[in-house]
Amino acid sequence: MFVPLGAKSKRQLEQVMLGFVRLSTRSVLNMEIQGSEYLPLLIQLVFAFGFVAMVLIITHLIGPNRKSAKKLESFECGIESQGNARLPFSIKYFLTAILFVLFDVEVIFFYPWATNFREFGMQGFIAMFLFVALFLLGFLYLFRKKAFTWN
Amino acid sequence: MSNVKMVEAPEGHEGQGFFATSLDTVIGLARANSIWPLPFATSCCGIEFMATMGSNYDLARFGSERMSFSPRQADLLMVMGTIAKKMGPILKQVYEQMAEPRWVISVGACASSGGIFDTYSVLQGIDRIIPVDVYVPGCPPRPEQIIDGVMKIQELVKNESLRRRNQPEYKALLESYGIE
Repeated sequence: MFVPLGAKSKRQLEQVMLGFVRLSTRSVLNMEIQGSEYLPLLIQLVFAFGFVAMVLIITHLIGPNRKSAKKLESFECGIESQGNARLPFSIKYFLTAILFVLFDVEVIFFYPWATNFREFGMQGFIAMFLFVALFLLGFLYLFRKKAFTWN
Repeated sequence: MSNVKMVEAPEGHEGQGFFATSLDTVIGLARANSIWPLPFATSCCGIEFMATMGSNYDLARFGSERMSFSPRQADLLMVMGTIAKKMGPILKQVYEQMAEPRWVISVGACASSGGIFDTYSVLQGIDRIIPVDVYVPGCPPRPEQIIDGVMKIQELVKNESLRRRNQPEYKALLESYGIE
């Protein structure tokens, strides 16, 4: 069951339903004019999804396959893989990355603001102040995490 | 006026608005004209392969312009060059990780038989560790020869039965190489 786009309220929906009932009692020619002109779209949609699903299933059924442990191993140019790729590594890199993103983005936004400082006026100043204040939170977080103690 | 050559239609029943043939032929035709090679080049035959892929000889004419550097999407393993015994397990691993169906072409004397390197450290032919479909002789072979080998592979692919990889003979062949 599908509903034309306009029908939002419950009352409209009821009217549409009634329309369908009436339509079904009318001749086939009249049916094509209203509502059900979307039916081919629906059929096409069902066909499209059905085709994809069917092809995916059939290829897995009739295609040759061989699932050995060696085959499913991750490919590392033929050399046997050593350990897991998802290793925990030092948080320092993460902090440095965050630090970079923080100041990089800030500087990028500062440039257009600086060149149009007068045009933006007070409103622009407030917007930029909020922006910087937001970044200050990140800065404080980094400060608390001792991202600036370099030794 | 382009001189693009189309593949001829296979044998089948033709009539008004329909054409019927066996699934084997259609799939064989499609596979044979879009073989994706995985180059495993270790020495001078690899240099010849570079010329083969270049515009002068242009392997792309045969539907093989898409090189696969991962075995997952490759159809044809092209072994070109001397395979040392240390390289053997690596070659075997690459072969085993290729998706089915897969074919192997052994290019040059070294890959096919060890060539001039009749020594303790060199594998005397890759068919000692993986099954090979086509051998290309030469030291190194000219690009024309490599293309000829690929065309032989195309013939094999075109005429392969869809059941071949499930037959006991094929399973026994893989078992003899210790491949699951």
